[in-house]
Amino acid sequence: MTITSPPGQETSPIAAPKAKNQGGGFLRYLITRFLLIIPTVFILITVVFFLMRVTGDPITAAMGGRLTPDQLAARIHEAGYDRPILVQYFEYLGQVFTGNLGRTLSDNRAVTEVLSTYGAATLELAINSVIVALLVGIPLGLVAAKFRDRYPDAILRILAILGYATPVFFAGLILKLVFGVWLGWLPISGRADWQTELELTGLQSPSGIYWLDALRSGNMEAFWNVTEHALLPALALGLLTGGVFLRLVRTNAIGTLGREYVEAGRSRGVSEFRLTTKHAYRPALIPIITVMGLQIAMLLGGAVLTETTFEWSGLGFKLAEYLTARDFVAVQGIVVLLAIIVAVTNFIVDVLAALIDPRVRY
Amino acid sequence: MTTQTLPSANTSWLKQLPVISHLRMSSGLQRGMLVAGLVLSVLFFLCALFAPLIAPFDFAQSSDASGDFPRQAAPDAKFIWGTTATGYDVFSRTLYGAQTAIWVIVAAVVMSLFVGVLLGLISGYLGGWFDRIMVVLADAIYAFPSLLLAIVMSIVISQGQSSLFGGIMAAAISITVVFIPQYFRVVRAEVMRLKAEPFVESAQVIGASPWRVMFTHLLRNSTRTLPLIFTLNATEALLTLAGLGFLGFGIEPTAASEWGYDLNRAMSDATSGIWWTGLFPGLAIVLTVMGLTLVGESMNDLNDPRLRRFSRKKAKRITQSTQRGATQ
Repeated sequence: MTITSPPGQETSPIAAPKAKNQGGGFLRYLITRFLLIIPTVFILITVVFFLMRVTGDPITAAMGGRLTPDQLAARIHEAGYDRPILVQYFEYLGQVFTGNLGRTLSDNRAVTEVLSTYGAATLELAINSVIVALLVGIPLGLVAAKFRDRYPDAILRILAILGYATPVFFAGLILKLVFGVWLGWLPISGRADWQTELELTGLQSPSGIYWLDALRSGNMEAFWNVTEHALLPALALGLLTGGVFLRLVRTNAIGTLGREYVEAGRSRGVSEFRLTTKHAYRPALIPIITVMGLQIAMLLGGAVLTETTFEWSGLGFKLAEYLTARDFVAVQGIVVLLAIIVAVTNFIVDVLAALIDPRVRY
Repeated sequence: MTTQTLPSANTSWLKQLPVISHLRMSSGLQRGMLVAGLVLSVLFFLCALFAPLIAPFDFAQSSDASGDFPRQAAPDAKFIWGTTATGYDVFSRTLYGAQTAIWVIVAAVVMSLFVGVLLGLISGYLGGWFDRIMVVLADAIYAFPSLLLAIVMSIVISQGQSSLFGGIMAAAISITVVFIPQYFRVVRAEVMRLKAEPFVESAQVIGASPWRVMFTHLLRNSTRTLPLIFTLNATEALLTLAGLGFLGFGIEPTAASEWGYDLNRAMSDATSGIWWTGLFPGLAIVLTVMGLTLVGESMNDLNDPRLRRFSRKKAKRITQSTQRGATQ
């Protein structure tokens, strides 16, 4: 839910150029940056593991009240939670390394299966909202930069702050009330009607991303149904993220609009519209891509809340369910997966930034 | 030539206080935003302070002398913002929610400020392996979705359910862990920069202990940018608290009133068209966060001379005074 990195990063995210060796710099950067993922993920897994075990074992947490102490002790012994914590830790690390995250306590499924089943839904929501955010944030950010310190800018800035100030579940509640209940235009929960859902999951090797599956099967009715369901969640999360993008585009476009080359373009008779959308826009995008990595983490946090709001059965929705069931094995699995996703997206974003702007490589 | 233009030497200390001096610097739109932010923030503060006096009922009161309160009643004369599914008065709960929010914000910000600044100072000044470990750790935590971290922390601290004090502290500590890296990074970067300054070196030469250098010489100089992060974090603390509450990981409804939790309950109401249980706590969050953000943003802009805007009159006065100074 963060809006910004520490102040200052927004305006000058590109570190000072340190290009010493030009040849082969990119490959070296790629490898160094890739290797940096490993400690990050390792630290997060370690921190989460020890934090979750500090207070006790997962079985007591999940079934504490329901089993007799003897039964409880037997279950704990069976699962190996009575061994020294370091032994458990190294075993867990080995398991994570081989892709085994244990079984959930509440419904006894393999955690990896849960992740693959519900991960696609979260991915779909994330993609949809990023599209909405970009569609909203970039044009409006350019408008705000163009009309800097005049009324359009003031209104847009206030809207952007409003976007930051509104928790995604409150935005969801309002959208549900207005478009779902009062106007009756859009469905208020779920990812599709159950018939459609049945049809789509019954497809051969479904991707789990519903609109993709619906398009592949050529079923336009299903596609419409899926889109209808996806609209409100994507709007809720996308508009709020769009506010952040708007601010970023604004700050950066103000910087590029003041450059000499824009002035030169103006003197050549390039139209104001073209100046804003072509000349100032392109270079303003570079810092945005680098900051995007941080927004992905924010987006995933927001996705957890959005999914709960719209009963969108993705990872966040399941996470909330497992939290209520006090199933900490499942919670740990989901959190670890999200940590890996964040680390990997940050890597991709950094590589993209390096591809676009050679100064980033070092 | 006079170099100092705006705050002239004879202004009283009152006018140099952070918010007041900013207010005097501002004009036009910027002043409007700052004033709007201040009004909202003060309103929030007053609600929290005087909740017991203003609220007609207690936050967990579902009956009075005339019998049980109606459930999910629409706003009317007695319950001006309606009642919830459990028969609580929405108006009273929203007011008391400000109290919970302010406790959590203050506790979270104070704790993360304390720990983050301390770690940043030590790490930046001493360097070495401690510094390296801290940086990697802070970066790893910083990149992680803050809400998830807060969830993990609140499991650790309270196993997810708690009393008033326990709940507030659990929420505050969960949020603290998320914020520490931010303070840590800022302070560490400043300390790294200041370490090379002559005044630090001269302190070392005359034999000041590392602690003395850190706390007398570096602390003051490295914490200038903090007020800004402070307002940003106050809003983030509030949003994280609401998020935790919304996921059912906050404070029990009978122990304290919490806006996020109320919104969670209001979700099912919304399906049947009941708007008042969700709208008011939600608006309370939005307005509070907006108020604090506006204050923070305006102060940020005003601190940066490039972003500061003057009214025509003031701009003229400044030019005149500099011209006068130049001719003298």
